[in-house]
Amino acid sequence: MNFELSEERKMLAESLSRFIELRYPFEVRNAIVKSPAGYSADLWREFAGLGIIGALFNPEHGGYGGAAADLAVVFEALGRGLVVEPFLGNAVLAGGAIARLGNASQKQIIAHIIDGSRVAAFAHGEPQARYEIARVATRAERAGDGWKLNGAKAVVQHAEGADLLVVSARTSGAVDAPDGICLFLVPAKTPGLALRGYPLVDGGRAADLTLRDVTLPAAALLGAQGEAFATIEEVVGRGIVALCAESLGAMSVAKEATLAYLRTRKQFGVPIGTFQALQHRMADMLIEIEQMRSAVINAVAALDGERGARERTLSAAKYSCGKIGTLVAEECIQLHGGIGMTWELPLSHYAKRLVMIDHQLGDEDYHLARYIALGRQ
Amino acid sequence: MELCFTPEELAFRDTVRAFLAVELSPQLADKVRRDEHLSKAEMEGWHAALNKRGWLAAHWPKEYGGTGWSVVQRSIFENECALAGAPRVIPFGLSMLGPVLMKFGSEAQKQYWLPRILDGSDWWAQGYSEPGAGSDLAALSTTAVRDGDHYVVNGQKTWTTLGQHANMIFCLVRTQRDAKKQDGISFLLVDMKTPGIVLRPIIMLDEGHEINEVFFSDVRVPVANLVGEENRGWTCAKYLLTYERTNIAGVGNSTAALAHLKKVAAKIPNNGRPLLEDPMFAARLARVEIELANMRTTDLRVLAAVHGGGAPGAESSMLKIRGTQVRQEISALLRRALGPYAQPLSAEALAVRPDEAANATVTYFNYRKLSIFGGSNEIQRNIISKMILGL
Repeated sequence: MNFELSEERKMLAESLSRFIELRYPFEVRNAIVKSPAGYSADLWREFAGLGIIGALFNPEHGGYGGAAADLAVVFEALGRGLVVEPFLGNAVLAGGAIARLGNASQKQIIAHIIDGSRVAAFAHGEPQARYEIARVATRAERAGDGWKLNGAKAVVQHAEGADLLVVSARTSGAVDAPDGICLFLVPAKTPGLALRGYPLVDGGRAADLTLRDVTLPAAALLGAQGEAFATIEEVVGRGIVALCAESLGAMSVAKEATLAYLRTRKQFGVPIGTFQALQHRMADMLIEIEQMRSAVINAVAALDGERGARERTLSAAKYSCGKIGTLVAEECIQLHGGIGMTWELPLSHYAKRLVMIDHQLGDEDYHLARYIALGRQ
Repeated sequence: MELCFTPEELAFRDTVRAFLAVELSPQLADKVRRDEHLSKAEMEGWHAALNKRGWLAAHWPKEYGGTGWSVVQRSIFENECALAGAPRVIPFGLSMLGPVLMKFGSEAQKQYWLPRILDGSDWWAQGYSEPGAGSDLAALSTTAVRDGDHYVVNGQKTWTTLGQHANMIFCLVRTQRDAKKQDGISFLLVDMKTPGIVLRPIIMLDEGHEINEVFFSDVRVPVANLVGEENRGWTCAKYLLTYERTNIAGVGNSTAALAHLKKVAAKIPNNGRPLLEDPMFAARLARVEIELANMRTTDLRVLAAVHGGGAPGAESSMLKIRGTQVRQEISALLRRALGPYAQPLSAEALAVRPDEAANATVTYFNYRKLSIFGGSNEIQRNIISKMILGL
């Protein structure tokens, strides 16, 4: 039993945190989230130069990390800094899928993702799918040697800023069957692909996609036809670890900010932190955050295990993440009072991110139900 | 970062399991799982079995007859015992007085009292709370006045758990009246057979006799029974309370209780199917199961942080709060599982009620105590607020 991080990971966490502190302060971040691309191409290259993107890929895929603990370390730091760059969709989900399913030629993209010169988006969720990862209504049909895609994709993060999309589509099976799902590499400017972009509540941008007779060459298919589900589940599982760790980082900062406020804000002539009603809420929040850290540790430990236990532990973690993240967001705003709701205070942005994480890759209720269902299998 | 036990720790776990398989009778384990009250002989018998193996004082140093185990070994031992349905070790002598004597007692006191805790010669009771001193323990008013070689004790202690079995009681008494609250308190060892002591049962809402009140009128206690310095007993009191909070998360107990709950819920019909399959019940069950899985790791993290030995600090307050919440919730779910059959008081087997859940409702009410004793959960939040949050 050992809860210490390795020296390499400690250094990774420290250098990333220092970089974010220096180069990604709150004002810079707020300008980026309002920019047309929703992320900063310049800073993205700097993150790449630091090796942060490479830390999310296994050595066999050209990276120098990629273990569950690496994901957790990187995303906890990103969460602390409220970073909106495309780490999740581009590196963990799209990049992770290409790394696992791609042939030698397709895998060359990974090097470009790692060096920051290319950005991919993961276009998997659909308007009717909510959080189900096997529900894919988008169809792929043979067209000569290649493929023709028709359908729609929902809330694809950083889609407008990506030059490549990893799109899921079905070649066979019922609309919610795990079998029959494929992943395709779709260049951003492919005819028939339409994007409707929008800003997100917690900053950054996403888009809904329409695919109308999007024609692709045979080489666009990732892996074997109809067999992408296991990989989707695997990269989504890694995404869950990432989001849980990001949430942990964000909630830790929200807690620290609230604690500092309780010590300095005076009402009735004393710091409001002297009031027991507020102290006990803080104590309860602290316990919840410690439980969240344990949930992340459990998820990291389970990620390389056999499927049943792995997916169950991941659902337990994402359930905890949704429950605790929302609680911390709401409590921190309440403990601040009106100032906690202002745009000017970073806390309000942390609160938004904490709640919006619950809407990515399955929320509290979805994962509780999934945890129960997996326990019956 | 490594969540697994080392090969040595796993081998240790196997040794504990082998011991439990031989020494713990299935009948006794069944009684524990069903939350039945154990007799004095059953509790003493289990102590004797552990003592014979040298495992009774799991957290004592070797020189005093303890195991010298690491915190991880202790945690493994406690969890395995709970999972196997072993009776809990009565804490008053072993976990409370023992460490205080080792830290503050004279050589003669250690030599005399510690072996008697191990071999069962003495059953200790805790004389802390008073009618006017609960969470505000330092408000205690039982007095001890020096008279030659004796203190003369007058006053009342209450919430004396299992005091009916005790032949000795350690007491906090006020030896200096006009001092500041925490000053002027002393730590005394009192023979329960001394004239002037009267013990009365307090019957609790579950109709059980677990708790007592103890009255002292002109009780003469030899000065030799003072532990530590006169008027410095508060130091002993606080030290004892940190030990009272070790293994406070009760992960093993909750794990065993959850397994028991699932077994019972699988037998209870609901809409023609086992209750375990009911979505609402399954959701309640899953929530507490996840909470427990998270807490198991939180507990291990706190243990790892105090790996050098000793008692955890304010972190144990977090474990106490969440541990008791989880334990209470599991107990509430067992009561809920019984449906209308949660109502009959009798422990006899009834048509649908699984026999092993016969005590579910009274235990649920009995477990209200968990968030009250050992420093109420509100007091624990005060401790967290002061010691961890710095508010």
